[in-house]
Formats: sequence, C-alpha cells, structure tokens
Amino acid sequence: MELTQLDEFRWEIKKQGPMRVPARIYSSPSMIETIKKEETLQQLVNVAQLPGILTAALAMPDIHWGYGFPIGGVAAFDCDEGVISPGGVGYDINCGVRLAATNLTEAEVQPRLEDLVNALFNAIPCGVGSTGSVRLSQTDLKKALKTGSRWAVENGYGEESDIHHTEDNGCMEDADPSAVTDRALDRGKNQLGTLGSGNHFLEIGVVDEIFDEPAARAFGLTQGHITVLLHTGSRGLGHQTCDDFLASMAKRLHIDGVPVPDRQLACARISSPSGEKYYRAMSCAANFAWANRQILMYQAKEVLMRALNISPRSLAMRLVYDVCHNIAKFETHTVNGKKQRVCVHRKGATRSFPPGHPALCAEYKQVGQPILIPGDMGTASYVLAGAEGSMEETFGSTCHGAGRVLSRTAAKKAAHGRSLSRELEDKGILVRWTGRTTMAEEMPDAYKDVSQVVDVVHGSGISRKVVRLRPLAVVKG
Amino acid sequence: MPYTLIDHTADIGICVTGETLTDLFAEAGRAMFDQITDAAKLSASHSREIEITGIDRPDLLVNFLRELLCFWTIDACLVKNVRIRYINDARLTADIHFDEFVPETHEILKDIKAVTYHGISVNETDAGWEAMIIFDV
Repeated sequence: MELTQLDEFRWEIKKQGPMRVPARIYSSPSMIETIKKEETLQQLVNVAQLPGILTAALAMPDIHWGYGFPIGGVAAFDCDEGVISPGGVGYDINCGVRLAATNLTEAEVQPRLEDLVNALFNAIPCGVGSTGSVRLSQTDLKKALKTGSRWAVENGYGEESDIHHTEDNGCMEDADPSAVTDRALDRGKNQLGTLGSGNHFLEIGVVDEIFDEPAARAFGLTQGHITVLLHTGSRGLGHQTCDDFLASMAKRLHIDGVPVPDRQLACARISSPSGEKYYRAMSCAANFAWANRQILMYQAKEVLMRALNISPRSLAMRLVYDVCHNIAKFETHTVNGKKQRVCVHRKGATRSFPPGHPALCAEYKQVGQPILIPGDMGTASYVLAGAEGSMEETFGSTCHGAGRVLSRTAAKKAAHGRSLSRELEDKGILVRWTGRTTMAEEMPDAYKDVSQVVDVVHGSGISRKVVRLRPLAVVKG
Repeated sequence: MPYTLIDHTADIGICVTGETLTDLFAEAGRAMFDQITDAAKLSASHSREIEITGIDRPDLLVNFLRELLCFWTIDACLVKNVRIRYINDARLTADIHFDEFVPETHEILKDIKAVTYHGISVNETDAGWEAMIIFDV
C-alpha cells in the first residue's frame, strides 16, 4: 500500500483493488510515521471499499487504530447507493464535548481550587456503572430520547439559550424511540446525568492564549477567565444501540451474501428498512447524549456556585457550544461540482461549518462554528472555528482530540513507579478519579500532542485556531 | 492463565486457547470476566441457561460474549463460570454461573463496554483451538 505525500499536510493512498475511492490523510511528517506502524491505514482502505462512498475516505490528524472504521475517520455516502454503518459512528453515539465560559478569573478560583475539584468529584456521578440522580419512567426516558437537550431544559436543567448553542439544537429530529431495543433502554435507564469512565472527564480550565480575537469575542472567551469543559456521550444506551444493530446487520449481510472487509463494518443501505431503523435509533442515542451533557453542565454550574459561594450573576456561566464527534448525519455538500444530500459519518471527527453556513446560530454566523478539541489532561485543549476548506475538502469536518498514541498496556508500563497525580499537581493541575487504572491509561504520554494535531487542521484550512485552554482541575471516571 | 492480552491502541484484546471448542468458549467467557473483576471473590450463587446462535464460529463467539456481557452491563451480575452443554458451528447452549454485583465485595477492575467483530478469529491449531477478540473499553 503506497502512501504519497501531496503537500505539507496531505497524504493519499491511490484508489486500487476493491477501493471505490482514494483515501486521504491529514497529518504532519512526524505524526504520519506513527500512523504507518498501526493498522489504521488498512482500516481506512477498508472504508474506501464500502458501497456508495463519495470522493475519498478521509482521516483527520488525530487518527488512530479503531475497529472497523479508524478513529478520526470521515466518510460520506450517496443517499441512494450508499450505506449507513453503526461501526462508522462508533459505540458511544454522540460522544461529544461541551464548553461553558464564566466571568471568574484564575486568580479568584485558584485559592479555592482544591475545594472546588473535591465538590465536583462528589457531585458528578462518574466511574464504571455509575448511575445518576435523574431517575426516569419509561415514558419520560422516551421523551428525552425524542427531544434531547430540550427535554433537559424543560425539566429545569439549563436555559433556552443553551439549545441554540448546541449542534443541531441538541436534537436529531428523526429520533424514534420505538426503533431502540429494549436492551438499550434497560442499559440507559439510570444513566442520564452520569459522566461514565474511560476518557470522559469534566475539566476546569482557563483561557490561556487567544489566536483569533474577533472569534474569541464572538464565543465569549476572555483571556484569563475560567472555563468548564465536559466530555461524555450516550453511555450504555448508545453502546447497546450500536451493538444490537451491528449484530442484526452482520446477519443480514451474511444472508444476502454481501461480503465486507471487516464484519465490524457491517452496514445497510441508507434507504433500506434496516438502515432507516438504525438512523432513527442512533438519533435517539444522540439525543440521550445531549440531554446527558445538558444535565451534567447544569450540575457543574450548581456546584461552582455552592463551592465558591457566589451568585449566578457573578458566575455568569454560559454555554459556548456543544459538539458531537461520533455521528452519522444528512447534510448538503458539493460532490463533483454539484450540491448533493449525503450521509456523513464522523467517527472521532467534529463538524466544522464555516462562517455563513445556514446551520449556525446568529451569534456565530460571522465567525464560524465553535469546535472543541480536548487534549490530554496535562497539556491543553483548543477551541477552533469552522473554515471554508472543510466544505471544499472534508465534508464539513475536522479533528476531535489528541488521539491515542500508546495502548492501555503500554501506558500502564510507562506509568509504572510514577505518581502521575503528583506530577500533574506539580504542573498546577489537580485530578480526581475513580477507576484504579484510569490515571495510568489516560496519562498525558498516552496521547499525541494536541498542538500538533490542531496545527495540521489550521494549516490545511479546514478549521482555524481561536483559543487555547490550560487545565486547572480534572474529574475523571 | 490460558489467555494473553493483545495490545491495541484504543482498546484491549485477548488471545484465548482451549483443547476443544467447548473449552475455548468457556475460557473466553471466563477471560472476559477476569478482566472485569476478581473471580476469586465470586461464589456463583445463581445460574441460568442460555442459547446462542451465530452465522459461523467467529460470529457465535462474539454473540456468546455479547450475551455474557449483558449479565454485567444490563443486569449488574458478574459471571464466575461457564459450562458449555452443547456447541456446533452455529449454535450453543450453556449454563452461566454468576453473582449479583455487590459494590462492597466485588471490585470492578476494568469496564468492558462491548465485544467487537474487529480482528475476530477462531482457528484450529496443532494444540487445539485459539481465538482472538477485541473489546471496546
């Protein structure tokens, strides 16, 4: 498999064998070397073989080895000829990130930081199998699945303005709870308002550097001010939805005699009953995730006010934006010079709509969509803005995070004998966690340098750097 | 331990062996729960019979482990032992011995969230049988 460098930020694998389109990778000379060592590129080539794929199978600079689709992958499909793939969305449907800005300064929070992180850790349900304070009847759960963020706001978790600052207004309209399996409903019923485990977190940070002043102003981000960043998704409900549809689609493909290069790429025609049903169930899981993040951010706001003994007015916490980075969506893009409705799969990739895009709310119309890129817990996170290049090249998509570089086993080896929490504390970062291997598996060394990742998407014109955030305190599952 | 861990950047995998297909499947179930919790703390106070179908051996193994994982993810139960009663390439029946999860007694070592098809293999070797499975964690 030959990898050709096209320019400073782009590499390509030419269409060959069963590939229907080429594969294109956004990267840098140093990061591409790591990618070559894994099965990542083969996974991208497998995606390029799926029916109805348009233009190219795309890899963002944070790409790494997933299962089926690589993580950091983008693929758009023709609505008539193409497929929808649960594996192309991922298990954690609408895993995503939400950022809130505040009027607090670092100087005001620093003396109370330890109390604050402890209060957040006590109040936010996190870790394996955690259940939330929100207990729902089957009827209410189905309402949440149908309307997402709106359900949360109508039940007292947050404000109307939060909805406009959420991708798709926090609701995928085709959600149909009758498409969700009983097992998925069972698995999700007590998990609304929980952070979960793995790489999910809640982070108190500070605006450390501004790269684009007008965009930062539009996003309400001020140098030296405190931010709250949240990363979580649809919990067990999303996982079970993905798993149940993977199983049924794999069986269907076998009966129909359709071969796929990897069973994890099991898929169905977008317009088939099975494809349509998955989309309606996936939309429910996406809405569950938005309601979940809406509740968690509301809870974080309550904790901040209590722990710091301040009024809502002094805190002035407001949602900057909420993005999802595991999703399939119908959007209009230009293919071979013509506007076309396509189904974009973003697995570990974020929407990156540029200034003027009709999907953006009035406040962000001039500067583009806010894009939230969490780094590892010891370094930095970034806020980017959507740029025109994404509509020309990547079906309106960009990267989603730092991307793992060490396996969990390798990370544990590297962490052996070290006090990671002490190392972070020495850098001024307080961490609280539940899982006994969480700290080692999620250590900063396990991830690529997020700055290198965002430099590639900035340099290649698919999004623009706006702000860098520095972590102060992190709660992990 | 008749299984080994496979390195995967984002997740974990296991390589399991068994003299017979029956041994292999039972061991795969035990190995998955060995990652989740310490089986020595389990007493297998309950049991349930399950029946699983699949389109071939790898699919049967994934479906079997999926069903076992639901004991944990949906019913909050931890599996100690598995006895395969009957198995062919497309169907099995098994007795699952398990306990209800008690947070004060059982430590959760790792959260396995799903059993993936990615890289799944079930092969006959000179020594018996070998399977590879990657989990989403």
